[in-house]
Amino acid sequence: MNKPIPTSADGLSRVDGRAKVTGAAKYSAEYNQPNMAYAVLVGSTITKGTIATIDTKLAAKAPGVLAVLTYLNSPKVPGHIPTKAQKPGAKSGPLKVFYDNKILYNGHPIAMVVADTFERAQYAASLVKATYNKQAHDTKPPKDLSRGVGAWGGKDFTRGTVDAWKTAPIKLEQEYIHPSEIHNPMELHAIIARWDAPDKLTVWDKTQGTQATRDDIAKAFKLKKEDVQVNSQFVGGAFGSALQVWPHEVAAILGAKVVKRPVKLVLSRPDMFTSVGYRPYTWQKIGIGATADGKLVGITHEAVGQTSTFEDFAEGPINTSKGLYAVPNVTTRYKLLSLDVNTPTWMRGPGEATGAFALESALDELSYALKMDPIDLRLKNYAKVDPDNNKQYSSKYLDEAYAMGAERIGWENRKAEAGTTIQNGWLVGYGMGGGMFGAYRDVAVARAIMKADGTLTIQTAVSDIGPGTGTAMVLIAANKMGIDPGKIKFEMGDSALPLAPMQGGSATTSAVGSAVHDACTVLKEKFQQLMGNGGTDNPDYVKILKEKNLPSLEVLTKSQPGPDNEKYSMQSWSVHFVKVLVHPTTGVIKVDKVVCVADSGKIISPKTARSQVVGGAIGGIGMALMEEAIIDHRYGRFVNNNFADYHVPVNADIPQIEALFVNKPDPYINPIGAKGMGEIALIGMAAAVANAVYNATGKRVRDLPITPDKLI
Amino acid sequence: MKQFQYVHPASQAAVLDAIAKPGSKIIAGGTNLVDLMKKGVMSPDKLIDINNLPLNTINTSPNGLHIGALTLNSVLSENSLVLDKHPLLAMALKAGASPQLRNMATVGGNMMQRTRCAYFYDTAMPCNKRAPGTGCGAMGGYNRMHAIFGASPQCIAVHPSDMCVALAALDATVTIAGKKGERRIPFTEFHRLPGEHPEMDNHLAAGEMILGLDIPDNNFSKNSYYLKVRDRQSYAFALVSVAAALEIQGGVIKQARLAMGGVAHKPWRLFDAEKFLAGKALTEENFNKAAQLAMLGAKAREYNAFKIKLAPATIAEALKHAGGLV
Repeated sequence: MNKPIPTSADGLSRVDGRAKVTGAAKYSAEYNQPNMAYAVLVGSTITKGTIATIDTKLAAKAPGVLAVLTYLNSPKVPGHIPTKAQKPGAKSGPLKVFYDNKILYNGHPIAMVVADTFERAQYAASLVKATYNKQAHDTKPPKDLSRGVGAWGGKDFTRGTVDAWKTAPIKLEQEYIHPSEIHNPMELHAIIARWDAPDKLTVWDKTQGTQATRDDIAKAFKLKKEDVQVNSQFVGGAFGSALQVWPHEVAAILGAKVVKRPVKLVLSRPDMFTSVGYRPYTWQKIGIGATADGKLVGITHEAVGQTSTFEDFAEGPINTSKGLYAVPNVTTRYKLLSLDVNTPTWMRGPGEATGAFALESALDELSYALKMDPIDLRLKNYAKVDPDNNKQYSSKYLDEAYAMGAERIGWENRKAEAGTTIQNGWLVGYGMGGGMFGAYRDVAVARAIMKADGTLTIQTAVSDIGPGTGTAMVLIAANKMGIDPGKIKFEMGDSALPLAPMQGGSATTSAVGSAVHDACTVLKEKFQQLMGNGGTDNPDYVKILKEKNLPSLEVLTKSQPGPDNEKYSMQSWSVHFVKVLVHPTTGVIKVDKVVCVADSGKIISPKTARSQVVGGAIGGIGMALMEEAIIDHRYGRFVNNNFADYHVPVNADIPQIEALFVNKPDPYINPIGAKGMGEIALIGMAAAVANAVYNATGKRVRDLPITPDKLI
Repeated sequence: MKQFQYVHPASQAAVLDAIAKPGSKIIAGGTNLVDLMKKGVMSPDKLIDINNLPLNTINTSPNGLHIGALTLNSVLSENSLVLDKHPLLAMALKAGASPQLRNMATVGGNMMQRTRCAYFYDTAMPCNKRAPGTGCGAMGGYNRMHAIFGASPQCIAVHPSDMCVALAALDATVTIAGKKGERRIPFTEFHRLPGEHPEMDNHLAAGEMILGLDIPDNNFSKNSYYLKVRDRQSYAFALVSVAAALEIQGGVIKQARLAMGGVAHKPWRLFDAEKFLAGKALTEENFNKAAQLAMLGAKAREYNAFKIKLAPATIAEALKHAGGLV
């Protein structure tokens, strides 16, 4: 007999946890190759203009230098569409590295030094000198709708009556600012590029999608997909910054071509601010109105996000206002402002996290105007069907989540009047904020191989940025096959393995988990057929393989969404509860307790799910209280591009965080019942903190981050 | 980083010989200097490692408590003599940097650390401190962390240390060695204001080195407090910090010592407020009045105006803690 089936409630520890904490897990920069060279980028020190002269002589003569690439001597990237061939007026698209003499933002790569050691490359990089023809630049972020240009075709959206909130008896209109936030994962972006032949390339690269990166590199260098191998076995956090191929990756591949050696390029921390995207500065205005008893009449949500002059990045800050509450009238206006900055990108809870800060702050403000408990206000406007499209939800237990969180935080201790509770010299406040994010499922393929020794290998190309993909996949396989998780080997992070989507949009467990589930289902059925007695018990895999004289049995299974994924509105939901202490005279804020509740379907791996929620809450504390990438607009240059000045929470800032789960399977999204978790762990958290600060102090801060100076 | 020579002489005399040459720079813990060299902000030709010298002692002396220049910040913060006689110093040390940095950083190095002004750190930006004559980037730029006292048109940077704020309050003296012998100066006169020469952080002359500190005995140990207001709870420089020490006799303040960090190019001693508090009762009102006195002459810029409100609030709060009112 097999051992008892381990269930998810068994709380399997992170399967790669030991490798990670002992240093055995290797990250992209650690795959040193024989004869490897090192590349360091040189960024522009002006914000807009052209390179007049670039002197690389000193750098080229420096010890150990193998090559200095600039736009003057770099090999062309065959897949770069020439700027002049593009439609007039259109943006030129993703930055083409070493393409021409144009400077599009401060830190724009103007040269790359390749040398035999990292230190020598870095020193030589400091010797590259450029002169510029400067042009006037603009990096000032939006402060109203006026300078914005419509994103996604520029159309405003209205459900019901335009700006109906203005007709409501109780109403308010406020502006909210979300500054640019840098992903700043602990692991710096890194790539090692090795040409195995003139038309064959291997890279070890920090990426959230080995196959997407393979496809993009193949396209850029006009290679066959099968001739590009992308490895990314471990990723030390990314939060969206590794969802696309960036100029530094192309530069390293070019460098390897020029010096005919493998080349490693690791970005510096300051490079991380200008090279791999960020959450865009976004100005928002919300008009919201309700009847005296708290029924929402209308919401108008306007937003302008910054983007670059050469590429549009649009996200959905206004989406939350369309879907979170049952409100008959919604108007949204979303625009982009093109500035002389690098292009933003998706960052955890992209759009929704920014939007939920505004909407959930506005709901809180409305609750005080109505003299109504913020939870009651939300329940009064609880959406039972998706107000955006009238579809039934595949599952929604947000009301249960509200109740669970309220109980654990001690919501009954919250005073309805702000600024009235003081304990031991500190103002005490409670706040809450919630969020939603689409629950997705994409096509994925998994291979399952049962070997004669009873070990099971699961293979997929997916990369894991830290949420615990391997652990969840092992649990799914163990449950399905009825074997011990210790007998399962999960292989991933390799573009040659079976098809997997990028790890983004909180969809990995849903997509890849379903593929693993389906592969194991098929594999088990094969064994049951081999048993020949029509039995449905767990087969004795070792015995069957031995009896049939088979070394192993394997299946390759494709798993994809079905009609239900169209029929229902599928969303994950979350609510965050926060207790803060604020010092009345110095404005120091201490987050005292956090309770997060997720309605994300069935919880596959409780331990890693908890970690993911805790991480999201900490990210939310950072967003609420600390994170802000600051540009000196006179120079267009960052002034806090390091970990001393760009603050993220440290251990001392992190209180007890409870992660609770409704843990009810979604019957329609996929065969495993799991919805997404990563984004909702963050979405709504910043508003919960801001609302708690208001409850403590009576001061409403609408421009993040909430630092002590804004409270005194 | 520019290539440099590295030597570690065995004696003080040899160190003094070595640093007499232009382009030489002493290194002890290197927690700040190495960063500055990596960024190209400082490019010494030769590093003189002084860790061979016997300068890491903490002992009582006729001058009070003697602390060698090579004493580690972490060791000093946990030393029983310090905890007993000058708990204010231990509090300030523990408010600074992170445990990892305190394990490397020395007392002398802490005194010699450079400002954390972003314009000083970025060689693509103007900075009179780094490159005299290029202008002050912070003056019309992002100056949230910058000085409200004692600034000059050349420089509005602040000194980043916590330890030094406590030492300024505790009337420490600094022992300095040069080729001509040793000299002692009050700690409050070690660092300087920027004036016309912001490139000079302090009065240590070329060819001189710090040997150590002495803190005179006092009666402040029961009533002292270091309060640091910052953007996060650890590993952040002060928006404003206050070292407050009171000697209390019969419920009345006999004498007070106050110094502020995060507000000036040097630890900012609050002599007027100290004078006001002498002989006063321990009341919140007196503390607030002292705090207001301390603010005379403060000048804010675009992003640091909040310090005009935050500084007196922090002074009053630190005094409340020191006086046992909290």
